[in-house]
Amino acid sequence: MAQATQDTAIRTGRITRTLIYLVLLLFSLFYLLPLYVMLANSLKPLEEITGGGMMNLPQVFTVEPWIKAWSSAQIGVEPTGLRPYFWNSIKMVVPAVIVSTVLGALNGYVLTKWRFKYDTILFGLMLFACFIPFQIVLIPMARMLGLMGLAGTTWGLALVHVVYGIGFTTLYFRNYYAVFPTELIRAAQIDGAGFFQIFWRILLPSSGPIAVVSIIWQFTNIWNDFLFGASFADANSQPMTVALNNLVQSSTGVKEYNVHFAGAILAALPTLLVYIVAGRYFVRGLMAGSVKG
Amino acid sequence: MAVSADADFKTRLQNWIPKLVLSPSLAMMLVFVYGFILFSVYLSFTDSRILPSFGWVGWENYDKLWRLSHWETSLINMGIFAGLYIVICTCIGLGLAIFLDQKIRGEGLLRPIYLYPMALSFIVTGTAWKWFLDPGIGLENVMHSWGWESFEFDWIKNRDYAIYTVVLAAVWQTSGFVMAMFLAGLRGIDNEILRAAQMDGASNWNLYRRIIIPQLRPAFLSAFVILSHLAIKTFDLVIALTGGGPGRATELPATFMYSYTFTRNQMGIGAASATIMLMTIAAIMIPYLYAELREKR
Amino acid sequence: MGFLDIDNATKSYGSVEVLHKVDISVEEGEFLVLVGPSGCGKSTLLNMIAGLEEITSGEVRIKDKVMNGVHPSNRNIAMVFQSYALYPNMTVGQNITFGLEMHGVPKADRDKAMIEVARLLQIEQLLDRKPGQLSGGQRQRVAMGRALVREPDVFLFDEPLSNLDAKLRVDMRTEIKKLHQNLGTTIVYVTHDQIEAMTLSSRIAVMNGGYVQQLGTPQDIYDTPANIFVATFMGSPAMNVLPARVEVLNGRPHAEVVLHDGSTAHLPFSQDNLATWAGRDILLGVRPETITDMDGADRKSSNIANMTNRIVVTEPAGSDTFVSMQLGGRDVIARMRSDAEVAAGQDFNFAVNMEKAVAFDPESEMRIVP
Repeated sequence: MAQATQDTAIRTGRITRTLIYLVLLLFSLFYLLPLYVMLANSLKPLEEITGGGMMNLPQVFTVEPWIKAWSSAQIGVEPTGLRPYFWNSIKMVVPAVIVSTVLGALNGYVLTKWRFKYDTILFGLMLFACFIPFQIVLIPMARMLGLMGLAGTTWGLALVHVVYGIGFTTLYFRNYYAVFPTELIRAAQIDGAGFFQIFWRILLPSSGPIAVVSIIWQFTNIWNDFLFGASFADANSQPMTVALNNLVQSSTGVKEYNVHFAGAILAALPTLLVYIVAGRYFVRGLMAGSVKG
Repeated sequence: MAVSADADFKTRLQNWIPKLVLSPSLAMMLVFVYGFILFSVYLSFTDSRILPSFGWVGWENYDKLWRLSHWETSLINMGIFAGLYIVICTCIGLGLAIFLDQKIRGEGLLRPIYLYPMALSFIVTGTAWKWFLDPGIGLENVMHSWGWESFEFDWIKNRDYAIYTVVLAAVWQTSGFVMAMFLAGLRGIDNEILRAAQMDGASNWNLYRRIIIPQLRPAFLSAFVILSHLAIKTFDLVIALTGGGPGRATELPATFMYSYTFTRNQMGIGAASATIMLMTIAAIMIPYLYAELREKR
Repeated sequence: MGFLDIDNATKSYGSVEVLHKVDISVEEGEFLVLVGPSGCGKSTLLNMIAGLEEITSGEVRIKDKVMNGVHPSNRNIAMVFQSYALYPNMTVGQNITFGLEMHGVPKADRDKAMIEVARLLQIEQLLDRKPGQLSGGQRQRVAMGRALVREPDVFLFDEPLSNLDAKLRVDMRTEIKKLHQNLGTTIVYVTHDQIEAMTLSSRIAVMNGGYVQQLGTPQDIYDTPANIFVATFMGSPAMNVLPARVEVLNGRPHAEVVLHDGSTAHLPFSQDNLATWAGRDILLGVRPETITDMDGADRKSSNIANMTNRIVVTEPAGSDTFVSMQLGGRDVIARMRSDAEVAAGQDFNFAVNMEKAVAFDPESEMRIVP
């Protein structure tokens, strides 16, 4: 990927350039608008919003909506706020990200450096699994989680995310290891290193960047998932996204838009933070999932 | 002469370890993906209602499905949504990429702004747009309070226009990503070719139309595949933004499947609709993946 | 039985046989070079010796032990790779001792061995650096150090010099040769560079199309190439191969060659029994350095022939001047001293050292053995 700024040979006139800047600026406003709306309105009292002031900056500045969204808003039947669901999401995301990344790394290693007959077909099957509409597995998965005694648990959700995440993690590591010099593996073999020693001592120390890509991708995807959470979680294991949706869609009482916006930011915060800290790797992950690796 | 071939346990072990390491993933994939697909497809031929049941009914569920106006609505919506979503995202993505590729000052700032929506959950996106477009408190209300009393914008509550708000929010979320794909494509084009074309007297317009855009074919293909697959899978956004309403105005196959399976207890019909979704995605993804994997050999 | 025996070794990928019944026996202390164009099977053969690729049929034996199916690390071999294959995350010292560590050698012994090898290769000051901080030549040394420290029975080199620039390549070539002379190790060395093959080896196996075309000492291969492939592959500029007809004049076989103007010259062979080919077409092989002016002709030769032919192009190259002419309908190169007075378009009296000339059967392309 040629992300580094490279001079284009195209030259443009002054008027064209001004127009270009104008368009680019307008679009950045378009992309920033919802973020502004969420942020500004999460910091003002409800009356300011209902009074037609959605686009204004807060006149009375308050963090009350945030506190309410976090710890006391009515979600479903309990006035717990989003806090317990935030931890549900963490408990689901962390093991799922770790396990799927480790498996992806090992799979990528095997598929590139220990090739065997039909390995490409196998990889193709894994890759296709990334793109299936998950509706096709919802019914049997619900049954299977029940049979395994994991129905309605965070562990069950983590398992689901591992299963449907290894396709992508394998893709990342496979493409990365494909360009890792095979001579190094051979040299290590002659030196007497075994399968795991080669992985641990030779390959893994060079895998930093792709591990970051894989972790970020998995983290974002699993954190943002709604379908599996809504289908397989019970009231005690619902992830953040499902809780947020319940908060916003609840039809009882006054609609506290400011609390909804605060909740939405809370749900977006972890992935946004990751994006701000490691956006480069996030983009790399996106691209690797779409264009040739 | 000592034959050590049989004695070398290490070599034989080394031949088995890779396959052993791969086997858990393989087993999970075979059971949880392909096994489950078969199971779901099988269910679509059974009389399953609230729970899976194994009474074979042949094509009955598919017959029923195609006669449901609800399904027809969701398919028509899918057509409108996918068509607009793919075309608009591609146009915006390509346009922004071309503009950003003009040695723009502040590119490093603009690019992350265009792309950050991709990091958000569709539920967050849906919530933000839901209230922003809500005529009661959102844009319309704001315009009224600013003195433009006749301003009307109630698409999200309007049966005929609600689907376009879904398009708007989805485009907002993914067009920056499409931009990144095209930008990578543009940066990959050899500058010498462009210089040569300029020597030949090509204008900027012709340069893009005749030389550059044709070279972006792989990026167009990837964008189409990714966007169409995202479109077919769209579910969370509709749930958060409109809940499928008003009425059934924004139902899509994914929400149709979900409500028939889990709230209307028509599992057979739900499975049939999921099967049709899978077939549609497979028709797009399999040729694409096949070509990608073959090229790499 | 040699030190390293390759016995009828064959390699196939699926139904495609890429290496056909290779038979080579290497003595202890020998420096065997496998040379050939890319795709000739030389690297495959080396990998089979190393155990990195399986042998489809046949045997590889080291010190009389069959190595088929033995893990590379248990063959007591070491290998230097084309890319050097230094572990990027380890220091030079760790790179060198990694193999010993994997074989369970205690740390103290490892360090001792490392210091010894580093001193031998003069890389002591580099031991704490990472490979990324080294120059090409230094990496090359580290790669050799990693091989040496194992004290293996056989060293395998896979085009170790091809990533170096021209000058460094010559220096390292000398160094490898010195190392071999001092340590007396057994080496199998793969290269596509015929000059490397000639300078380094005690024996050369010239390979093409998965076959060993000729196995012999450098001199053998240069003077008496088994076939046209070997003749033209070894030597630079390549040996001239041109159509000729055998004529017996005064009881002696001559090569009748067509000059630029269609007239013929008769060059007497040193090999009398070529007379059996009288009246038949052959391909005549003449190395450029055996076509000179009269002053430059080899004084030790007993068979210098003359012919007058027109010079087409002269190419001064400093130490020599290359002269091309039309002979037998082909472009033929002669190698003159740089002070030879030659000019394009001139009719010149060439001296041909026919003692070194070889004849090939045009059908089989094999050398006609006198």
